[in-house]
Amino acid sequence: MSIDAFDALQNWQLSEQVSLRDEAFGALAYHHGNRRLVFLKSRELVELVRRLGEFDSADEAISALAPADQRDRYVTALASLHRSDLLNGR
Amino acid sequence: MGAESSLRDRFERGLAAPICLTWELTYACNLACTHCLSSSGRRDPRELSTEEAKSLIDEIAAMQIFYVNIGGGEPMIRRDFFELIEHAVGQHVGVKFSTNGTRIDKEAAKRLASIDYLDIQISIDGADAATSDRIRGVGSYDAARRAMDNLKEANFGQFKISVVMTRESIEQLDAFEALALSYGAELRLTRLRPSGRGVEVWSELHPTLEQNRMLYKWLLARPNVLTGDSFFHLSALGAPLEGLNLCGAGRVVCLIDPVGDVYACPFVIHDEFLAGNVRAAGFGDVWTNSSLFKSLREPGNPGACTSCGSYDACRGGCMAAKFFTGLEMTDPDPECVFGHGETALASKRVTIRPLSSPDHSKRVPVALSSR
Amino acid sequence: MTPETLIKGDAPIEIEEIEELLVEEVSIDGLCGVY
Repeated sequence: MSIDAFDALQNWQLSEQVSLRDEAFGALAYHHGNRRLVFLKSRELVELVRRLGEFDSADEAISALAPADQRDRYVTALASLHRSDLLNGR
Repeated sequence: MGAESSLRDRFERGLAAPICLTWELTYACNLACTHCLSSSGRRDPRELSTEEAKSLIDEIAAMQIFYVNIGGGEPMIRRDFFELIEHAVGQHVGVKFSTNGTRIDKEAAKRLASIDYLDIQISIDGADAATSDRIRGVGSYDAARRAMDNLKEANFGQFKISVVMTRESIEQLDAFEALALSYGAELRLTRLRPSGRGVEVWSELHPTLEQNRMLYKWLLARPNVLTGDSFFHLSALGAPLEGLNLCGAGRVVCLIDPVGDVYACPFVIHDEFLAGNVRAAGFGDVWTNSSLFKSLREPGNPGACTSCGSYDACRGGCMAAKFFTGLEMTDPDPECVFGHGETALASKRVTIRPLSSPDHSKRVPVALSSR
Repeated sequence: MTPETLIKGDAPIEIEEIEELLVEEVSIDGLCGVY
């Protein structure tokens, strides 16, 4: 579990130890190392998480891929993935 | 309703693939536990071959099933046991296997310790040999403890100790907690269901209502104790227990048996809950297209539980518990915390229970030697 | 007795009053039908 606060200005990517499986509602993410299983509940979030590593910061990724009026919601979502150790800094 | 209940609803409608599935590798077993949910003992001659098993693993990996729970019978009896689990973890499929521990000698423990993405669950049914052996046979508890010692010595890391809650074992909860602590192991408690040979001992061994209430309080205070979500029927008592609190059968989990038959869950090895066979067109085809699973993914019918304010907490309980005690799916769970199940059982005067189909039990009693 | 129907699970600590959380954690062991 990552206790450090999530910094959206840093660059992040999905950990290689995570499998992402598409579902009708979004995706299931499973971290093979720590056995955590996470339910991602929007398609936009799934795409954001998949492509996070392409952007210089989480902020930029959110601006590009998340619905415009839901920035905070998506930052919160990434922060909780970070807390569960699903994201790595690059 | 908050976000969490819609998650539960979505899971009830089924997923692209199971999140986890139980795969019984063999019906062969060197023990003869009185409550065996798979009526194991004798190997079935139609068991999947090593090649078939590896193809199944390949398909499991391709479907992105995250985790496989391997059991039996006693899975370590299969000669290709290590080959199969190494094949699975090599493809990034997490493996937990459930074992009686009799085959985990020092050498096996070392080999297991070297395998990544592997969990081990050792089964006992009491916190001392007298209690546990009454169910599992003389010498079985000591063998399980030796396995635990061997895993610890080989630096395997954290393993799980799994106990089925019976009228006897439920009085030893603190002792199980202490045992797990002494090994740095995780404790797992699961529900006794009248499945397999369990149907013969269920009425004398299932916990009383008072014991269930006590267990619920004990578990509520210990969210770190694993339960495999098997006590969701007790969640009607108050705050929900940890877990999804829903029946996963055919929705997020299922069973593949040693001959490739696919059942809704390991507790319903019976024709009524048989979805298909992997030998026909693979596992994915059964998961996606079986009419049994499609019907399980329809919203449930509360039936007799409609008027009960707690239905949402327990969703009517466990299908297996109802089926093998002769109740209908629309009846209350036989261990309904409000006693509605007991009432239903009494009023039906059930004398004929659905027979479990494949019975691989040994014909003669088993004596476990010290080897 | 009125049972609570809110399921606590492993959800993140922040609670958004109005909007559903986009991420929710479940336990791989919290699945009924696996022994």
